[in-house]
Amino acid sequence: MLKIDNLHVRVAGKDILRGLTLHVKPGEVHAIMGPNGAGKSTLGNVLAGREGYEVTGGSVSFEGKDLLALEPEHRAAEGVFLAFQYPVEIPGVNNTYFLRAALNAQRAYRGEAELDSMQFLKRVREKMSVLHMNDELLHRAVNEGFSGGEKKRNEIFQMAVLEPKLAILDETDSGLDIDALKLVAEGVNLMRSPTRALLVITHYQRLLDYIKPDYVHVLADGRIVESGGPELALELEAHGYAWVKDRIAP
Amino acid sequence: MTALLDSLQANFAALPAAATGAEGLGDARRAAMLRTQAEGLPSQRNERWKYTGLRALSARSFVADADTPRLHPAALVDIPRPRLVFVNGRLDPALSELADLPAGLSVDTLSSALKAGDVRAAQLLASPFEQADEAFARLNAALAAEGALVRVAAQARIESPLHLVFVGAPAAADIASHARHHIELGENARLDVVEHHIATGAHRHLGNHLMQVRLGDGATLTHARLQDEDAGATLIARTDATLAAKSFYHRVDLELGAGLCRHELNVALRGDQAQFSSGGALLAGGRRHVDTRLAVEHIGRDTRCDLLWRGLAAERGRVAFHGGISIHAGADGSDARLSNKNLLLSDDAEIDSQPVLQIHADEVKAAHGATIGQLDATALFYLRSRGIPLAQARVLLTLAFCREALASIGDLALIAALSPRLEARLAELEAVQ
Repeated sequence: MLKIDNLHVRVAGKDILRGLTLHVKPGEVHAIMGPNGAGKSTLGNVLAGREGYEVTGGSVSFEGKDLLALEPEHRAAEGVFLAFQYPVEIPGVNNTYFLRAALNAQRAYRGEAELDSMQFLKRVREKMSVLHMNDELLHRAVNEGFSGGEKKRNEIFQMAVLEPKLAILDETDSGLDIDALKLVAEGVNLMRSPTRALLVITHYQRLLDYIKPDYVHVLADGRIVESGGPELALELEAHGYAWVKDRIAP
Repeated sequence: MTALLDSLQANFAALPAAATGAEGLGDARRAAMLRTQAEGLPSQRNERWKYTGLRALSARSFVADADTPRLHPAALVDIPRPRLVFVNGRLDPALSELADLPAGLSVDTLSSALKAGDVRAAQLLASPFEQADEAFARLNAALAAEGALVRVAAQARIESPLHLVFVGAPAAADIASHARHHIELGENARLDVVEHHIATGAHRHLGNHLMQVRLGDGATLTHARLQDEDAGATLIARTDATLAAKSFYHRVDLELGAGLCRHELNVALRGDQAQFSSGGALLAGGRRHVDTRLAVEHIGRDTRCDLLWRGLAAERGRVAFHGGISIHAGADGSDARLSNKNLLLSDDAEIDSQPVLQIHADEVKAAHGATIGQLDATALFYLRSRGIPLAQARVLLTLAFCREALASIGDLALIAALSPRLEARLAELEAVQ
């Protein structure tokens, strides 16, 4: 589904990703772990198409298409979803209105019929009850005045409504207490399916107690330096990132 | 002498007899016309006209009236009754619907009041405008023969909004129309007014509107003004409002169209505890020029104003905003807030924002802020990352930006009624970028 090969990315004149290779198949959950400054968030942002990330080498294909050649909105419509580390507050834009506009824009791109407000509301209600979301959040402006936990849950809620093929969770656990973390993880687990892949970017092993990955990769100095199963996350937790650095040192 | 003033002089000579018939009115009009001729139009050396040049306008000629095809009622189908409709400055009785007005509300036109020899209407026009730069007010005093006269009796609370509709329609020649309006609310009276300035096709007319608003003790007026004129139109508008004790004036102005629109909004908070809340969105795309000038005077004690204005310039558009607040000596307890945020959406657009606060009293609260910026790149990316195309994302964000200003009237039904025009104009802007 997702094939990242030898990806090099420069941000503000600095090389951040230096030859990252990662292949993800449908149904798989991959965790990307790494120390601060390793390039974890850069990976999420460059896949979603954020400005200011200059690809200087390598390729990314998503279901056979050159992902890097697509506009951010077209990547979304192809099925790529980024749950932001810092969800953006948008005063004056109603949450429901925003989500319906997003869903229908994606459907239009894929040549599917738009959902009318009844159909849309039905889908929203379903997802809300599954995610234990408060009705009231729907009527507020996007993320405006939301607590940290509400913002992250809103990201997962958007993901549930948009039903992407590939969801990238960028430090979704940051800033969450354990109760909020469990709720968010529960929401993510409900999204797991044989046709959907998840890329879970995190600094701490904690989130992986609740979202069990199939593969764990360690990102350091802009490339993946170690890959393994869930046990790799536990080793990291026990020994710290210095342990990985020592192992990769010549 | 300029072509403009020459042509208006000719229009003056052709004023109908009823317009000058009242005792002293003819003399007052002649004096106003003479002074305008002597002093001419204000130049950009005049501080109050610094951002708006009148050179192109002064080289043009206008007639007082020209053949205008009749308007089909379908053109106004979305404007409910009661409504008073003027087309190219002339009353259109067929399109106006004033039957069964609620008790306490009276609506008349200046032309019929003058014809009937109404002394108050004549007095309305007789007050002189002395400031050097008040050329258009003097022209209005000289030439206005039409307009809306609205009165609400004391204690009367009018539920359905009154719509005042000014239509610019294609005609055989460019028309200059001058209208004088008067809205008066008695003690504790209540009224909603919606002013529409719209076009049914391309034209290059000049409209010169002067509206006087008087609110009695405890009266509440909610006033929305939607200006969505043709890009060829020139509009000069002035609103002078006087508020008595404990009266409320809620107002919103949407400046969406016209090639040139200058609006002076002067509000005097005379009575103690009078309040003025005002929002506005100034939208200048294409080569449009929007100039709005607020002058709020706190005269009574414990008076309050809340001004929330948004400006948006795209393409080669230009927005000039002056937010003047003056707190007079003795106006203790005044509370004044002004927020003016602006979005500059292209390199060729220009925005000039001028918040001016003058305080001559002690114990007042006053806050003002003005910013000029661009659309938030992070917010744009967030919307796009969810699948919303760039152009639509820009419209969403600009609309949200402008809607903040609409919220000041607090009337949800009214906001909903105004939004589609705003949305359409914003979409139009983005489409050409």
